[in-house]
Amino acid sequence: MLWNSLTYAGWGRVKTASGPVARPERVSSLQAALAGDAGPAIGNCRSYGDACLNDGGPAVKMVRLDRMIGFDETTGILEAEAGLKVGEIARVFAPRGWLPTVMPGTGFATVGGCIANDVHGKNHHGAGSFGQHVTEITLMRGGKPVKITPKKDAELFRATVGGMGQTGVIVSAKLQLLACKGDVMVVTERRIDNFDDFTEALDGSKATYTVGWIDATAKGDQLGRGILEEGETDYGLVPSKKSSKSVPFNAPRFALSKPVVKAFNNAYYRRVSESGRTSVKPIQDYFFPLDRIHDWNRLYGKAGFIQFQCVVPVDKLSAVKRILEKIAHSGQASPLAVLKRMGPGRGGMMSFPMEGYTLAVDFRASKKAFKLIAELETMTAEAGGRVYFAKDATLDAKHVPAMYPELSKFAAVVNKVDPDGVYETDLTRRLKIRSAS
Amino acid sequence: MTENWIILGATSSMAKAFARAVSVDGARVFLAGRDMVDLEASAEDCRLRGASDAEAVKFDARDASGFQAIVDRVTKEDGMINVAVFVGSMPPQSDIDADPSLIAGVVTDSYTGPAAFLQTVAPAMEERGGGTVIGVGSVAGDRGRIGNYVYGSAKAGFHTYLSGLRNRLTRSGGHVVTVKPGFVDSAMTWGIEGMFLVAPPENVARDLLAAVEKKKNTIYTPFFWRIIMGIIKAIPERMFKKMSV
Repeated sequence: MLWNSLTYAGWGRVKTASGPVARPERVSSLQAALAGDAGPAIGNCRSYGDACLNDGGPAVKMVRLDRMIGFDETTGILEAEAGLKVGEIARVFAPRGWLPTVMPGTGFATVGGCIANDVHGKNHHGAGSFGQHVTEITLMRGGKPVKITPKKDAELFRATVGGMGQTGVIVSAKLQLLACKGDVMVVTERRIDNFDDFTEALDGSKATYTVGWIDATAKGDQLGRGILEEGETDYGLVPSKKSSKSVPFNAPRFALSKPVVKAFNNAYYRRVSESGRTSVKPIQDYFFPLDRIHDWNRLYGKAGFIQFQCVVPVDKLSAVKRILEKIAHSGQASPLAVLKRMGPGRGGMMSFPMEGYTLAVDFRASKKAFKLIAELETMTAEAGGRVYFAKDATLDAKHVPAMYPELSKFAAVVNKVDPDGVYETDLTRRLKIRSAS
Repeated sequence: MTENWIILGATSSMAKAFARAVSVDGARVFLAGRDMVDLEASAEDCRLRGASDAEAVKFDARDASGFQAIVDRVTKEDGMINVAVFVGSMPPQSDIDADPSLIAGVVTDSYTGPAAFLQTVAPAMEERGGGTVIGVGSVAGDRGRIGNYVYGSAKAGFHTYLSGLRNRLTRSGGHVVTVKPGFVDSAMTWGIEGMFLVAPPENVARDLLAAVEKKKNTIYTPFFWRIIMGIIKAIPERMFKKMSV
């Protein structure tokens, strides 16, 4: 049967949608589903909020169209269907010396989702965003495939990359892979004592892959303490991957209560000795550490969770510090908090990255958390920063035009190719993205 | 020596997962089905995942005239010949009740078509002294039920055929695995009410490979369907005939 009535959720499980979902297994059945101008495409629903939801309307789930349909050994360009998981590309190609040039923090994200959210990875400062390494996209509207390239169709391309699916269904794409030494990572971890040292260390890092874990419960002199992780690809042998585990049920509230998080963060911080350490890891464990624990979102309990991720320009570093201070004092942070230096690279009009610092912190959903996040969003806006749509479930639409200066241009391009708003999602409606002028 | 796998009904999600699994081991795969555009894409996918070669071949369970050509093509290659059968069709029982002529198609797709193909390829397998046939049947073939007894009876026929073929191929060193899947998360079950414990096709593919390796005769996948069907088969007919399970 083509359509299935489902209730589905974003990864944070705070937002849900109900509606008919098609999950075509062949291009011909995709065409049949889209013939009636179905609705937006969704992938593995790893975006946290409502970017992957279309409540009350249809959606086309692309996960079964997940083949590699061409690879050029000389150029390293892979053509893949939109439903292919990015971790699968790494798994198949890393042993042959190629990697997706940009990988987000989960290997379960699909190629289509990575384009639509123009995701970034631990190498953003050097490599830029995912969409900057896409050389061609096959889009489908009303069952007819159209190929677009960054040169020939600059506007439509820049509205598709980071465009949250608003220009039509991404069926397949050509990706420029990155030559790598092999499928292991050499990782150096260093303790960093406080926020100022941390940003200095991030600025000074020469590594290809750099990311900082922050203890978002630490205050005062220790505010912003954490571990700086720097990695390079290499070849060699490491013990085979540990098997994956899954979280079988919703965790009770105390699992992520304040004392538990504090104790966990302290232990996590002290796990790396004061002099630091270097280790070798399988590539998947480095890039997708949480993928080994299936359904880890259940750790936040039934209420779900929200990830706040902002980026703030380099010269507004003090704003990042204030944001972190506010989080630390709220006592609401979970162990997952990440700080990273971003480069300027972005592939689309609505792409998230900007040259600056990005901070991402998870919060268990609660009234208190919503209130805190609203304040953090205002602080971000005032600092000239941006909130990441792939994570967002709460942003006030009033902030969007300032955060995304190309918004009205984007709306114009999209409304021209999709005048009836067929590809609108809960996120684009909530943030009034298509009605900008 | 490279293993050859002929995969009948290669556009199905279960078959795709299986083709990928044998590709990783370096097999040469022949993806047989009707949608050539789809099969060509899958063939490239198999090559990129490690198949020593992959080719799309035209196969229509309802047109036996094309069977010999596939066998001729495969026998050009060295190595053992293996066949995995994933074909079958299951129109809603109510459609069949309204139009009994649909029965012929169900039986051809699910039983007589693949059986005729296996009959065509068996001599080549015997000549090479080995090879494995995986025949995907169904738990529906274990007992006739009001909800899908035409499909179930076709699969029951296929099960019996496979048992006979096993008896035959064993003599030349070959083997036949009969597979009875429960509910698999595929286009066939997507959106159908009453599905439970639905297995991902990747898990089914893993079970199939393990069964080939261990030379199992009949497997249920996931394994617990053996218990479920054991119970269903144990219900006395005088009670079963009044139930709707």
